[in-house]
Amino acid sequence: MKVESAYKEKTKKKKGGAGPLAGQGAIDYEKIVSSPEYKEMLRRKKRFIVPMTIFFLAFYFMLPIMTSYSTVLNTPVFGDITWAWVFATAQFIVTWVLCVMYVKKSNSFDKDSDEIIKMIERDGGSA
Amino acid sequence: MNATVVILFLAIVIATLFITYYAAKRTQTTGDFYTAGGGLTGWQNGLAIAGDYLSAASFLGIAGAIALFGFDGFFYSIGFLIAYLVVMFLVAEPLRNLGKYTLADMINARFDAKKVRGMAAFSTITIVIFYMIAQLVGAGALIQLLFGIKYWIAVLIVGVMMTVYVLFGGMTATSWVQIVKAVLLMLGTIIIAVLVFAKFDFNLVKMFAEVKTATVHGADYLKPGLKYKVPLDTLSLMLALVLGTAGLPHILMRFFTVKDAKTARSSVVIATWIVGIFYVLTVFLGFGAAAFVGYDAITKANAAGNMAAPLLAGVLGGDILMSFVSAVAFATILAVVAGLVLTGASAFAHDIYGQIIKKGKASDREQMLAARYASLSVSVFSILLALFAQSMNVAFLVSLAFCIAASANLPVILYTIYWKKFNTTGAITGMAAGLFSALVLVVISPNVFAPEPGQAIFVGTALFPLTNPAIISVPLGFLGGYLGTILSKEKADYRKYAEVSVRANTGFRE
Repeated sequence: MKVESAYKEKTKKKKGGAGPLAGQGAIDYEKIVSSPEYKEMLRRKKRFIVPMTIFFLAFYFMLPIMTSYSTVLNTPVFGDITWAWVFATAQFIVTWVLCVMYVKKSNSFDKDSDEIIKMIERDGGSA
Repeated sequence: MNATVVILFLAIVIATLFITYYAAKRTQTTGDFYTAGGGLTGWQNGLAIAGDYLSAASFLGIAGAIALFGFDGFFYSIGFLIAYLVVMFLVAEPLRNLGKYTLADMINARFDAKKVRGMAAFSTITIVIFYMIAQLVGAGALIQLLFGIKYWIAVLIVGVMMTVYVLFGGMTATSWVQIVKAVLLMLGTIIIAVLVFAKFDFNLVKMFAEVKTATVHGADYLKPGLKYKVPLDTLSLMLALVLGTAGLPHILMRFFTVKDAKTARSSVVIATWIVGIFYVLTVFLGFGAAAFVGYDAITKANAAGNMAAPLLAGVLGGDILMSFVSAVAFATILAVVAGLVLTGASAFAHDIYGQIIKKGKASDREQMLAARYASLSVSVFSILLALFAQSMNVAFLVSLAFCIAASANLPVILYTIYWKKFNTTGAITGMAAGLFSALVLVVISPNVFAPEPGQAIFVGTALFPLTNPAIISVPLGFLGGYLGTILSKEKADYRKYAEVSVRANTGFRE
């Protein structure tokens, strides 16, 4: 319901050809984006998401690169289980660990974004 | 065909029709039809995502690939799983915050342009068609094998079932069919895996030692390189697998069935656990089939190895287990194709008809009618294509769908959410570059041209050496979006981006 009304609201505004800040209570998103609270939240998100994404993609591509261009992973570790299998299993473990970390981090981001939504609802319209 | 398999087969048909009957009563508005009213819980949607994602290609294809090629078959499992981290970290929550019913809605939250919507709808339809033909052709062949009925009848059965679910029950029926299927699939897989592991005395080292001598490949079976011998081709495939999921429209659409980004997050987390456990177990399925069914018996039933899992079930648990696994495979196919029909229909009815032709002014009744007509048309069209595509190699169609999703959709999704300067021109050039480069490179690849007759569609020399073009087409998709943006005279609308950024990151709605 809320989604529906927000959607209609938006299209209505556009139809009127309204410029920035037209209409009553239009929210100044540029002001929000340049607020220190918002910038800080984005910075914290970026500091978590960017290195983690680079890490898991690099870790992932290491496997086919190492199996395609070398044979070091064919060395056995336990019995006939080679490093290739250990590395492959590590991919699963990394996925689950990152999954848990992501949930934990995101819960703290949720608090930030709730604060920002409160801020918008308080004074976002009075740009 | 024995009595058990017929009973289980009918049980699935009846159970899913019951679901559809109840879902139909709850499908009153367009929102109900496309997103089940946005009312699914994290658990429900997580299971449904797993049900939507773990296609027959995963269940039967990967088990077969590991059974025949050992480690190289396992590459698929790894790629398909890590893909969920891309969805989780970069796409799921902003997508939920910005979108409404379709991928195009999300991109259009930033660019209110018909051309962008049209292009996104076109790319969605292309991916859905390739994926759908792959599933239907695979389904037809599989049911033909399992039940001994003719290919065209098998395709018709699956086709009629999927049409009924979507036409009457919309997303609610589709979601519940996917949830039931996910539970059945996990149950079947866990049972087989435990039985296999028991045969090796629950000892991993013993299991590896035995499969080492069990196959025709000997010690090479446990080493990478049995199937993928061209390094760039392997990397290209791995790239398509890991980035494709985050651009697959039928998976992305599932995130609109929950109420907010937080629930979208919990659903992707649950899906990641389920899918991860499933892919670990594929090793046991593959090894079990290699050791107890054997290479000759597997390839005799189906050259690509697709029958490995049902045959293994037969060896381990007799007719009853084999019938159960076959019924699970049937449910698997139904759940995936239903999701695809719904996604294809949403691109036609919501994006092209509702937003482009009717400019968002269609009444809810008109939209519902359009959605149902579109579902029916998508179903009929795919059934017809599948009837003529019987001899197509389905594995290549699936990897092509992943490749287009990674090349055409993902770059534009990421730019839309994260790049301030991105503009309308860039959105169109990005999608066009990714989509057309992937298509053209496949047409001139060894999948289409092979020197020997019968190996591919045409006899001839392939102009492009790789079977999967992702390693070229994904960078082209990113480059297309970048160049289109910086070379066009159009100025980026920073105010709009500020809005998109706030909404994507906080879930705020006016």
